[in-house]
Amino acid sequence: MSPTARRSGRRRPRVGVVKFASCDGCQLTLLDLEDDLLAIAERFDIVEFPEATSRRSAGPFDVLLVEGSISTEEQLEELLRLRRESTTLVTIGACATAGGIQALRNWSEHGPWAATVYPRPELIESLAMATPVADHVTVDAELRGCPIDPQQLLELLTALVVGRRPQLPDESVCAECKRRGATCVVVSQGTACLGPVTRTGCGALCPVYGRGCYGCFGPRNDANVVSLIANTAGLDDSVASTRLAGFTAWAEPFRSVIDDHGGPPGAKP
Amino acid sequence: MTASAPRRRARTRRFEVEGLTRVEGEGSLRIVIRDGEVIEAQLGIFEAPRYFERLVRGRTPDEVLDIVARICGICPVAYQMSAVHAFEDGVGIEIDPAVRALRRLLYCGEWIESHALHVYFLHAPDFMGYASAIELARDHRVLVERALALKKAGNHLVALIGGRPIHPVSVRVGGFYHTPTRAELTALRPELTAALDIALETVAVTTELNTPDFSREPRLVSLRHPTDYPMNEGRIVSTDGLDLAPTDWERAFAEDQVGWSNALQARTHAGDVYLLGPSSRITLAGDKLHPRAAEALAQSGLADEIRRNPFRSIVARAIELVHATAVAIDIIDDYRPPERPATPWNPGPGTAAWATEAPRGLLFHTYELDEEGRVATARIVPPTSQNQAAIEADLTDFAPSVLGLPHDEATHRFEQLIRSYDPCISCATHFLDLRVEDRR
Repeated sequence: MSPTARRSGRRRPRVGVVKFASCDGCQLTLLDLEDDLLAIAERFDIVEFPEATSRRSAGPFDVLLVEGSISTEEQLEELLRLRRESTTLVTIGACATAGGIQALRNWSEHGPWAATVYPRPELIESLAMATPVADHVTVDAELRGCPIDPQQLLELLTALVVGRRPQLPDESVCAECKRRGATCVVVSQGTACLGPVTRTGCGALCPVYGRGCYGCFGPRNDANVVSLIANTAGLDDSVASTRLAGFTAWAEPFRSVIDDHGGPPGAKP
Repeated sequence: MTASAPRRRARTRRFEVEGLTRVEGEGSLRIVIRDGEVIEAQLGIFEAPRYFERLVRGRTPDEVLDIVARICGICPVAYQMSAVHAFEDGVGIEIDPAVRALRRLLYCGEWIESHALHVYFLHAPDFMGYASAIELARDHRVLVERALALKKAGNHLVALIGGRPIHPVSVRVGGFYHTPTRAELTALRPELTAALDIALETVAVTTELNTPDFSREPRLVSLRHPTDYPMNEGRIVSTDGLDLAPTDWERAFAEDQVGWSNALQARTHAGDVYLLGPSSRITLAGDKLHPRAAEALAQSGLADEIRRNPFRSIVARAIELVHATAVAIDIIDDYRPPERPATPWNPGPGTAAWATEAPRGLLFHTYELDEEGRVATARIVPPTSQNQAAIEADLTDFAPSVLGLPHDEATHRFEQLIRSYDPCISCATHFLDLRVEDRR
């Protein structure tokens, strides 16, 4: 038991880190907290994290971090089981919170789509759609982003230790872009940018690097995408629908706007 | 029992691991031995399909760079590099030498973070008798702290050039959206100098690890370049004399459905298995290592064992950690920002293909571009789908030597062997998930 836990007389929270359809990048973010990782491992009992440890646990979990979208029947069953085992379930990243890039297939018929990648698509067991975790079970907190922001992960873990609500921002990328003193790429270059309708968390990375935001943290609350398209130079319908059709395309209101423009590029075979 | 059944019951042993740990993604292991003979050795893949080759259709080359990064959270730069070189070669863009240097520097950062993760977090616990690096840290805290510092240096490099360590945003066709200043890069020099020391220690530490005996004569494949150790450029070469342009992977290799498994595996056209990755690069291009890494390799005395014994790949990765760190420092010292971050280009039709060296080995991409320059078809062949058949062949060859061990210990040795190839199942999944599905 860590000194902290001994002092407070509490046992360390049992934490699990699991994944469904995803690239592993969001769970890797935990291992990328190089300065804090060993301290985190002292305050939490990491009982399930297959990418990092051979010690396994089927539950129960005080906290479960879930990466990835739900893409197969088997994953759905496992998610339902994990939810029953978990007191607090947190989705991490665009795949788990919005379906991820693979949700672009939700606009297409699954059979012909699979046939373009696999010679024998009949062998592929896959649900018709790749969907976010919250479509299937109650989610207690979510970290957005493709990938998630390491500082937001640290804030979440800190909040869990002390038993308070995590402070996660819901302002637009634009607000952060202004604070960082970056030149607006829309005004200065006429570049398409989803900054006004996208939730911050990335540090306004793309505008700072001279390119338009592509929405990887997903829509902020009350994002008015229709107005953005109507009022922004360089963001006509086709540009906008292509740009929205990225890593958080399945999240509303991005999804409806893509629908209105006939689906994402390449949706038709 | 029927009359035709043998009188003596065949003795069957099974070694099965349903969910492999300390690998990237979800895979399984299944080895079946009957009367001392290996009749099945499978590295199964049950990661869900994500259909990347279909997802990129209708997209512009610059959009593809952002999309293919998401195939892998550990090696997104590799996917961006193979794709960006393919498009630039396909469209006929000459890139600025400063852009070329900066791309190699970005790739060095990824090699450092990926190899440090694998050596210390995924593989070393096997040799040292721990379930994870976190448990390892309880007894060897300084070692793990230094491993984290090394990994962090790699991540800092990717983050400075690419904006963030995972799914960086700076690479575009023709160059970069944004290039760092000389002062920004020079500020990383002290951290990289310290990282070089840790990388050198890593060679010493991994050389001393108690390593299982195993020797075979593998067919190895990597890039080879006239002046540089294989990374962004070079020709595809092999231990049996192959020599191809990086665009021509399909002339020598093919992905195929194997009758007994239904998995797509890459093999040579003659049906032979081959292996990619650090051991292949050191064997085929060790003479191009940075002098610091060449010296470390010579001191280890393990060049030949690295070729023959897959368990020694941990040393090969350590040697490449020295190489990538030393090269990064040299690139920073010589760095002048490019005059303009990107060369302008015009989209159009054509074929785009290229191979670069991901941390796990050669990564081949090819795209057909339509009249508007959008992707019509794509094929992405990650290292793990190419290594899979060779891994299974090695499991078969290795099995007899551990049959005398207790079951759990033998199973652990098989897992340790699989981890030697640093399989990235998340990368391979859109090619390989067929097998397990078929078993139901």
